[in-house]
Amino acid sequence: MDIQDLIVDDRKRGIFKVHRSCMTSYDLFRRERERIFDHCWIYLGHESEVEKPGDYRRRTVAGRPLFFVRGSDGQIRVFLNSCPHRGAQICRSDTGNAEILRCFYHAWTFNTRGELIGVPGQDAYGPGFDRSELGLKPPPRVDSYRGFYFVSFDAHGEDLVSYLAGARDYLDLVVDQAEDGMRVVPGSNKYAIKANWKLLAENSLDGYHLVPTHRTYVDYLTGLGTDDSGGTLAARPPGRGRALGNGHCVSENISRNGRPIARWHPIFGEEARERIADVRARLVRKFGEERAYRMADLSRNLLIYPNLLIMDFVAISIRYIEPLAPDNMAVTAWHLVPREESGAALAARLDSYLTFLGPGGFATPDDVEALESCQTGFRATETEWSDISRGMLKPCPGTADELQIRGFWRQWHANMQGLDTANVQDGEPAKSQAAAASSEADGRGRRRTGER
Amino acid sequence: MTAHERCALPGMVEEFLFKEAALLDDWKLEEWISLFTEDARYVVPSTDLPEGDPGRDLVFIDDDIVRLRARVTRLNSRHSHRERPRSRTRRFVSNVRVEETDEGHLWVRANVLVYRFRSGEGAPYVGAIEYILRRDGGDFRIAHRRAVLDLEDLSWHGAVSIII
Repeated sequence: MDIQDLIVDDRKRGIFKVHRSCMTSYDLFRRERERIFDHCWIYLGHESEVEKPGDYRRRTVAGRPLFFVRGSDGQIRVFLNSCPHRGAQICRSDTGNAEILRCFYHAWTFNTRGELIGVPGQDAYGPGFDRSELGLKPPPRVDSYRGFYFVSFDAHGEDLVSYLAGARDYLDLVVDQAEDGMRVVPGSNKYAIKANWKLLAENSLDGYHLVPTHRTYVDYLTGLGTDDSGGTLAARPPGRGRALGNGHCVSENISRNGRPIARWHPIFGEEARERIADVRARLVRKFGEERAYRMADLSRNLLIYPNLLIMDFVAISIRYIEPLAPDNMAVTAWHLVPREESGAALAARLDSYLTFLGPGGFATPDDVEALESCQTGFRATETEWSDISRGMLKPCPGTADELQIRGFWRQWHANMQGLDTANVQDGEPAKSQAAAASSEADGRGRRRTGER
Repeated sequence: MTAHERCALPGMVEEFLFKEAALLDDWKLEEWISLFTEDARYVVPSTDLPEGDPGRDLVFIDDDIVRLRARVTRLNSRHSHRERPRSRTRRFVSNVRVEETDEGHLWVRANVLVYRFRSGEGAPYVGAIEYILRRDGGDFRIAHRRAVLDLEDLSWHGAVSIII
C-alpha cells in the first residue's frame, strides 16, 4: 500500500480513517524511526533529575542508549552511551553520581564534559592517536525549554522553540504554576504496553473513551461524595481539542475534579482548602484572572509530537513513550511537582496522582487493556481501517471529538511522506499530500533538508 | 509473651499469610479486606525506587483503607477491564520472618512469587511483602502491607492490576 493511501482525510464528508497496517507493519515501523524519530526533537529528561554536579541519568531515547550528566561547571551535557574506543556502555546504571566516568572494559576515563582524560598505556599508540578526537560523543543537537531537555539526531532542522510551535504556550501554563520552578520527584513508573506506540498517543488525548473505559474511576469519585466527573458523556463539559502545529496537540478540559494547583476537591481534605485558595490568589496576582483560570481551572493533556505527553489534571505526569516494535512500547512516567511544595501539600498532590495515573491507579490499567485489545484486534486484517472522524465537521470540537488525534496523525502522515509540515486542522479541504510533496516551493509542505 | 507463644508464633503468622494468599487467589476480596485495620496502609513502591516513601516519592500504589476498599470495589466490578475476565493467579509465600516491634505488634517479611495468567500470557510478580500485624484475639489484623517488587519494570504485566 502506498504511504499516501494509509490515511483517508475527507474533510468535505468529515471522514478520517487510518489504515491499521500503520500499527502492525515492520516496514512502516522502520520508516517511522527514520522519518520521525531520527528528525524530530525527542524528550530526554528534566533538569531537576540531575541537581548536583556529577548527577547522571541513563535513558534510551529513540532506540539510542544515552545519558545526561551535570558537570562540575553546572552545565547539563548529553552523551551517547557508548565508549568511543570499542563501544561498551560508559554509564551502566540508570541513576548515580560520578566525577569521573570510566569505561569498565579497557578503563578509558572521561570527565563530565566528555573529554577523554585517561588511556592506560597510551604510549603504545602511534602519533596519529589524538585524545581530543576521542571524547564522548553528544547527540547531534541538544536543547532545553524551561527545564525540559530534548535531543535531535538530525544536525539540521528548526530549533526547539520553533519546533514546539503552539505547544509552547501550554508548557508555559504548566511550568508557571510553580513559584520556584518545577522538579521531578524521585521514582518513576515504568511499564510496557503490547501495542503500537501511536495508540497511546491517541489514548492520552482521547476524551471519548473516558466514561466507558474508566467507569470504575468515575464511580470511585462518586463514592467519595462527588459526581463532578460526569457519569455520562452528555453530562460532561465539552472542553476543547486542538491541533497546535507540528503534530503537537492538546485536549483541554474544564476541570471538574480536583487540581492540586488551585482547585479544591474533597479528595484533598478540608485542611487543604485555604492553602489551595492561597495558591490560586497568587496565580491571579501574577498572571491575571484569565491566565490564572487557564492554569488552575482547566486541565490539559498535551502531546509534544511525537512521543511525549504532559498530563496535567489530577497532578502533572510526564509520560514518555519509547516504541520497541510495531506491537510493543515502553512507557515511563514521572511526577512533576512545584519545588515549593512539601509536607502536606506535596503528600496531597502525590496522593491525587495515584488515583487516576500510573499502572497501579484506577484508570491506567484499563487503558493498557484497551490498547492491547486493539492491537490483538488488528490481527483481523480484513477489517482494514480505524475511524477517527468524530466531530470533524464541528466548528469547535470538544475533547470527546477527535481533532487533537487527527492533528497527530496528519503530522505523522506528512512526515512519513518526507514532508516537514502538514495542514493539521480540520475544515479546509486537504491539499493532496502527493501534490504538496512534489512541490518544493510549497510553503505548507516543505521537503526535509537532506532527504534520503 | 510466654516461651510457648514465642515458639508457636512463626507458625501462626505463616498460617495467616497462607490464608491471605488463598483469599487473593480465590478472588475473595471482601473477605481479604476484612483482615485490615481501619488505619491500614497498602503500598507498592516504584520498581526503580524500592525504598520509596509515598509522602515524598512516586510509587505505584499508596492506599488508605478508603481507597483500598474502593480498589476492591473496582476489582469486583465488571468494568475493571484489565481484570475482566479475571486473571488466574497462584501465590507462593516463603522465607517468613517475624519480629516483635517495640509497640508489641509484629513485623513480618515474606518472599512472594505471584504467577498471573491471562489472555494467553503468563508472568510472575516477584518480591517481598512487609507487614505490620496487630494481634486480634488469637488472630491478626494487617495494619501495614508493603509489597516491594524485584522486577526492574512492569514490562511483563503492563500494570499492577491485581493485589500483589
